[in-house]
Amino acid sequence: MLTVEKTIRWLNLFGQKVEEKKVYLSELDQAIGDGDHGTNMARGTAAMKTVLEQKAYDTVQDVLKTAGMALLSKIGGASGPLYGSAFIGMAKQAGEGAADVSAILEAGLEGIRKRGNAEAGDKTMVDVWLPAVDAVKNKELSRERIDEWVKATEPMKAKKGRASYLGERSIGHMDPGAVSSGLLFESMIEEGVLDE
Amino acid sequence: MSDYGVLLVSHVPQIVEGLSILLREVAPDVAITAAGGTDDGGVGTSFDKIQTAVLKNAGESLLAFYDLGSSKMNLDMVAELSDKKIEIFDTAFIEGAYTATALLQAKVPYHEILKQLEPLKVK
Ligand SMILES: Nc1ncnc2c1ncn2[C@@H]1O[C@H](COP(=O)(O)OP(=O)(O)OP(=O)(O)O)[C@@H](O)[C@H]1O
Ligand SMILES: [Mg+2]
Repeated sequence: MLTVEKTIRWLNLFGQKVEEKKVYLSELDQAIGDGDHGTNMARGTAAMKTVLEQKAYDTVQDVLKTAGMALLSKIGGASGPLYGSAFIGMAKQAGEGAADVSAILEAGLEGIRKRGNAEAGDKTMVDVWLPAVDAVKNKELSRERIDEWVKATEPMKAKKGRASYLGERSIGHMDPGAVSSGLLFESMIEEGVLDE
Repeated sequence: MSDYGVLLVSHVPQIVEGLSILLREVAPDVAITAAGGTDDGGVGTSFDKIQTAVLKNAGESLLAFYDLGSSKMNLDMVAELSDKKIEIFDTAFIEGAYTATALLQAKVPYHEILKQLEPLKVK
């Protein structure tokens, strides 16, 4: 169940992890993209942290919406509109009730898919979101499984985003957006968002 | 104040600056605004810059052209949140923008412009 406090702690932990892994995320993007995913994400989560500290929030919806707008306008790149759409989608769903985390995450995935039109196996963040949303539904999300989904993007050939211009050459590297999304779900477990 | 305007979005400021020069030469009366690069002038696209370019454009209805995939995602988001009508074209960037702008200058009707853009679709 999401509360205002828990949501903020979750998002701040995500931001902290992104900051710690900033260089690594950009290195991954260097291999199959333009090498900016870490700096993009860190800029976005830093802006998110600032707005979350700026005022008191009454609802989970408000927290997610504000976070989404910060990510949308400050990440840039492809992941700005993608994370932005995810959070704005989650915010809308949270307005229907903050207890159902599974439904909220599903709305986030829907936002990403609507924005980027990626399918499973296209070597994008969707390859983590899709199984993660499913696992949350079945109460079986774990760190190990998240790691598996992230690693599973390595042998994939990219069909979306900048990496898709590389064709076969995109094989053999993990997708940076999948890695950053892994951090988001890991933070969820660590902050007890999925506890009853 | 015109009905239609042209909106250009690219990953690099100089790309849209250059393209604007090309377009203004043939279409001095068409409203053209552009968003290139990230907020700090780096390579990428910016939701905020695109939103500003939409507001600055004198056109009420915009024909938008872009370079790579993520420009389109940012454009889509701006289009959804904007009061203006923004039509995004998946055409070759330069050829599409040039065709649309030159035809707007020549006062060719919108539906005719759409028809001429159709074969330029590449993405
Ligand atoms: N269409 C898409 N659907 C889902 N995820 C996508 C899509 N396109 C890209 N991604 C994700 O975005 C990540 C890249 O994000 P990044 O911040 O590096 O943007 P970028 O590709 O450099 O954008 P830009 O082209 O604007 O510079 C990829 O690793 C992938 O997970
Ligand atoms: Mg990148």
